[in-house]
Amino acid sequence: MVTAGFKLRGILAFCAASCRNTRHKRLTILAFSIHKTRSHIPAVGAPQPINEVTTVANASNPEPTRRDFLYIATGAVATVGAAFAAWPFIDQMNPSSAVLAMASIEVDISAIQPGQQVIFKWRGHPLFVRRRTAKEIAEARAASVSALVDGLARNANLTDSAPASDENRVIKPEWLVLVGVCTHLGCTPTVSTPQSPQGSFGGWLCHCHGSEYDTAGRIRKGPAPQNLAVPPYSFTDSTKIKIG
Amino acid sequence: MAGHSTYVPATGLTRWLDKRLPIIRLVNDSFVTFPAPRNLNFWYTFGGILAFMLGIQILTGIVLAMHYVPNSDLAFSSVEQRIMREVNYGWLIRYIHANGASMFFLAVYIHMFRGLYYGSYKAPRELLWILGVFIYLLMVATAFFGYVLPWGQMSFWGATVITSLFSAIDQIIPHLGTAITTWLWGDFAVGDATLNRFFSLHYLMPFVIAGVVGLHIWALHVPGNNNPLGIDPKGPQDMVPFHPYYTVKDLFYLVLFLIFYMAFVFYAPNFFGNPDNYIQANPLVTPPDIVPEWYLLPFYAMLRSVPQKLLGVMVMGGALATLLFIPWLDSSKVRSCRFRPLMKQLFWIFAADCVLLGYCGSQTADAAWNIAGVDLPLVWVARLATLYYFAFFWVLMPWIGKIERTTPLPESIAQSVLNKGRA
Repeated sequence: MVTAGFKLRGILAFCAASCRNTRHKRLTILAFSIHKTRSHIPAVGAPQPINEVTTVANASNPEPTRRDFLYIATGAVATVGAAFAAWPFIDQMNPSSAVLAMASIEVDISAIQPGQQVIFKWRGHPLFVRRRTAKEIAEARAASVSALVDGLARNANLTDSAPASDENRVIKPEWLVLVGVCTHLGCTPTVSTPQSPQGSFGGWLCHCHGSEYDTAGRIRKGPAPQNLAVPPYSFTDSTKIKIG
Repeated sequence: MAGHSTYVPATGLTRWLDKRLPIIRLVNDSFVTFPAPRNLNFWYTFGGILAFMLGIQILTGIVLAMHYVPNSDLAFSSVEQRIMREVNYGWLIRYIHANGASMFFLAVYIHMFRGLYYGSYKAPRELLWILGVFIYLLMVATAFFGYVLPWGQMSFWGATVITSLFSAIDQIIPHLGTAITTWLWGDFAVGDATLNRFFSLHYLMPFVIAGVVGLHIWALHVPGNNNPLGIDPKGPQDMVPFHPYYTVKDLFYLVLFLIFYMAFVFYAPNFFGNPDNYIQANPLVTPPDIVPEWYLLPFYAMLRSVPQKLLGVMVMGGALATLLFIPWLDSSKVRSCRFRPLMKQLFWIFAADCVLLGYCGSQTADAAWNIAGVDLPLVWVARLATLYYFAFFWVLMPWIGKIERTTPLPESIAQSVLNKGRA
């Protein structure tokens, strides 16, 4: 404790010295000088010239005074206090508990036909559930992972470092479940179908800035940096999935 | 502010007031006897027009806030049903406000290009220019918040795209960008919480702008106005008092500006709007083409011209941040382009470049020009235009100032006026 106290006093005195531009050679004696300055306090009934007693360190009186210590201590407490006071005002902007409570949904996927995509709403975002055809699965599996723009699976059900193979993008190969938010600037990509192809990879095309995704929702071309995210989900039975 | 105060209170009441709160003196010294160069032209009237537009936007905005409901279920109908159909003159006040934003930006762009042409950013007016850039950035933020409020499709998706710019930070520090966007939204997507806070901020920002405008005028009145010749006034023969010379001139052009403005309000109120914003916000369907308001199109074109997310955001931010450095990028000793034959040409190319960027931004992402049977993708046009934008400020401005042979400056403002503008 003695050492700690000594260090703290030394640091404070160093701050005082730095603030007032005193010379470095004084640093060695600064730790003691705070005590020393107490002798400046006038005895009752023995008034001294005010500027000698109450001023902070300056050119003519370079020793840090009790006032320097008070300035720095007050400033430090005020800064920490301001940071604590600011936090509620910053944190109130984050999602409220009502928003967090809506974070999980369960959907019935039994009516979705092969080749069809249905959009649900999850956490305010579109959620794509696409029942892939055998051809679409084969196309996704044919792509070489090393050639992808984003080599990571971006699957919340797997570890962060899982590679972006098609197997890592799905739980059941037929069902592709994705957050329908383009990883560029948040638009909803348009699904590609044989009747209305979107982009050249058979998956999705984002019309806002031209990002193209394949049939596993992986980014293949355009400004988007990442594959479409796979949300945390699980099959509660063969026709129902729970997301979130 | 600059110079000695000549105000003499004439009555007992004004003498009493002047000793306690010299507010009449301040107004008198700033806007009545304030000496201004006698050669200020039409382009110098936009400062006053801008102050007027800020007043119009605050006044109409306060009225609209009395009827608007910042709730994602009710916002759209509170604008399209209540304000546009039910509130007495609600349609008029809303169209004045919505078109007012466009007029505000039109005026600020003319004001900025004027400053650029006559070298008004050069010493000793660097801070004046920088405060102006801050006002412009605050205007962009205010306009963005305001555009979200009607909660149409373009409101919603514009808000999504612009706030998602922050997610680019993920590419530097993983997850931080996403955390920031979630924090901005108050949700996992743009939603009710976002709308509420944008309304709150949209109401706040104009008053912040008004504060910075106060600093801007203060910083103007210390060195005084620049002028089309870009030379310093040499004495009283070069100056006229602000009132009546410039109060009348400002008012005259303000009236012309108002006629132009009201022509849109009454005869083409949706000219600057996007039809998609008459569709209520739908988080599940992105409109086929998202475009910002016209005044942000050049920056949008820059963002889109870069095929990499983080770089695109940095280029767009850099284009705005560049404006702050102009006072130190221009190496010329001569302020006004009137005497800078090379810079004058580069300036007009730059102005055309900004318009071209705006055009590129208004087109779809895959648009192309067909020139003699060859397709020139607009994204490449935008890339070249972006290159010129940056080259103009960071290469040409420092370089041209060193090699350019400027034409002779007139002896004084008065001399130039007597020679009818000839040097």
